[in-house]
Amino acid sequence: MTIDVCAFTIAEAGRLFRAKELSSIELTRAYLDRIEAVDSKIQALMTVTGGVALNQAKKADAILARGEGHPLTGIPIILKDVLCTKGIRTTCSSKMLQNFIPPYDAAVVERLHACGAVIIGKSNMDEFAMGSSTENSAYFTTRNPWDTSRVPGGSSGGSAAAVAAGLATAALGSDTGGSIRQPAAFCSVVGLKPTYGLVSRYGLIAFASSLDQIGPFTKDVADTALMLNAIAGYDPRDSTSVPQPETDYHGCLGGSVKGMRIGVPKEYLAQGVTPEVKAAVDAALKVYEDLGCSIEECSLPTTDAALAVYYIIAPSEASANLARYDGVKYGFSYKETDSMWQAMEKTRAMGFGPEVKRRIMLGTYALSAGYYDAWYVKAQKVRTVIRREFDAAFERYDALITPTAPTVPFKIGEKAADPFSMYLSDICTIPVNIAGLPGISIQGGFHNNLPIGLQIIGKPFAEKTILKLGHAFQQVTDWHLRQPQL
Amino acid sequence: MELTREEVLHIARLARLGIDDAEVDRLQSQLSDILGHFAVLSQVDTDGVPPTAHTVAQCNILGYDEPISSLPIDAVLSNAPEREGDFFRIRAVLE
Repeated sequence: MTIDVCAFTIAEAGRLFRAKELSSIELTRAYLDRIEAVDSKIQALMTVTGGVALNQAKKADAILARGEGHPLTGIPIILKDVLCTKGIRTTCSSKMLQNFIPPYDAAVVERLHACGAVIIGKSNMDEFAMGSSTENSAYFTTRNPWDTSRVPGGSSGGSAAAVAAGLATAALGSDTGGSIRQPAAFCSVVGLKPTYGLVSRYGLIAFASSLDQIGPFTKDVADTALMLNAIAGYDPRDSTSVPQPETDYHGCLGGSVKGMRIGVPKEYLAQGVTPEVKAAVDAALKVYEDLGCSIEECSLPTTDAALAVYYIIAPSEASANLARYDGVKYGFSYKETDSMWQAMEKTRAMGFGPEVKRRIMLGTYALSAGYYDAWYVKAQKVRTVIRREFDAAFERYDALITPTAPTVPFKIGEKAADPFSMYLSDICTIPVNIAGLPGISIQGGFHNNLPIGLQIIGKPFAEKTILKLGHAFQQVTDWHLRQPQL
Repeated sequence: MELTREEVLHIARLARLGIDDAEVDRLQSQLSDILGHFAVLSQVDTDGVPPTAHTVAQCNILGYDEPISSLPIDAVLSNAPEREGDFFRIRAVLE
C-alpha cells in the first residue's frame, strides 16, 4: 500500500499492524523515503539510522506476526541527539562531541528497545540543549515546517520539527526550561515535560541537573500517554529517580472532565504575550468551560523573578556539569601543545560555541567567591518562593492553563544578536521546571498559519490529570489534525 | 550591574575557558546586560526562606552493598583522545 505518513499516529500505525494491513518495515521505509524527500528543507536530523532502523523493524514484524508486542512495537521514533545511543554517534549538536560514540544506551533508549520500537534517527538541537531556536546548533539551524523562514523553537527543535513534518511517528526530547514544550508549541505537536524524577535521566547528557527531564513529542495526547507508559519508571542508576506506583497513563484518558477546576495565572498573560496568543488561550478556556470545567483567574506573583532564578541556577549547574569536557576522557581534544592547562583552555575554547561559553561564564560567576550568596543562594531561595506559590495554587485548582510561548514562532536570526530577548521566549515554561512540575503543550490554534501552543500544568506526578485535560480538548477541537505543507 | 574586563578574564580562567580579546569585549557587555535584568531577585523577600536545591523531597538514596558489572575497559577507553595500555594518557600535571 502507499502510505501517507505525515499524519500518522502511534495508535493508527498499531491498528494497521495488528490488522496485518501494514508492516513495520513498510512504515519505516515510508519514513526513510519521507526523510530523503523533505528533510533537506527543514534539516531536523543530525543522523539518520536507516540500517539500524530496518533491522529493528524486521524484528518488530516478527514479534507482531506472533500477535505479541507493545503499543510501540515497530513504531519509528527519533531521539534528540542529547540521548546516548550505543554505537551511534551522539553529538549534542556540539563540536565538542562531533565524534562521540557512546558505549551504552540511555535508560529511555533501553526502554524503547525493550518495547520493540524502531530508532530511525537523531535530531538537531541547540548545543548542549542551551537555546530556544536550534540556532545554537554547531552544525545547522532547523527550520519550522510551517514556515521555513522561522525557527522551530528549541532546544529540542529537531525533534519537534521531525514529528510535525512526518519524519517519524514520535520523538523524544529533553526539557530544562521549556525545551520540549516551546518547540512543540512552535511546530504544532504535543510535547510533555514530565514531573522531575518520573523519567530516568541515565544516559541523558547533563545540562542542569536539578531541572532536566526527558519527554515525548507526538501528534496527539493519546500517543503522548503511550510514550509515557514506555519511558516512565524508577531507575536506581539515576539518584533523582522517584519510585512511583505502576501507572497506565493511556488508560486514564477519556471520560468527562466536568467539574475540574482550572486556574489561569494572570502573570502569564501579561507583558510580552501577543494579542493573538492571548485570543487563542481565551478560546481554549471557553472550550474547557463548555466541557464543564470551572475557570478562575489566579495569581502567582513571583513569576516575574522566575527567568532570573532560572538563568542563575541553570548556568551554575551547567558550568559544573560541563567541566567534564577537558579533552582527556572523551570528546574534542586540542593536541598542539605540551602544557596541560593550555590544552584544556584551547579544547574548551574550540569545542564550545558562543551560547555555551556565555552560560559557563554566567554560572561560574554566580558560583564564584564573593558572589555565591548574592546570586546562587538568593536564586535558590526565590526558587522556594515560586514553588510555594504553585503549591498554594494547587490547593484550589486541578491544573493551570497558560500560553506555552508568548508569541508565534519568530524569524531565524531575529533574536540571535540579543541573548536576553531569546531567553524571554521561555518565560511561560521556565517556572514549571523551577518547581519540578509536569507540563504539557498541546496545539492551541494558529495565527496566519503559524502555530500557537497551550500549556497545561499539573501537580507533581499528576500527569494523568493534564493528559486527561489535553485529550478532552482534542476530542472537541481539530487543531492537532492540521499538517504543514512541505 | 557592570562587570569589568578583569572580572571577565578572572571568570574565564576559573572556568578554564580560553577566550580571545573580541570575546572578552562581547562577554563583558552581554553578561553585564543579563545580570542587570536579574536585579529583580533582590525585590523578592526571602527572609527565613530556605533554599531549594532540587524539587524532589528525597535524601540518602542508599544502594545495596553488592558488586555490579561495569563497562569493559575497551568500551570505557573507546572515546579516549589518547590511550596508553589500559589508561587515559594525559599531559604532565606537574611541570
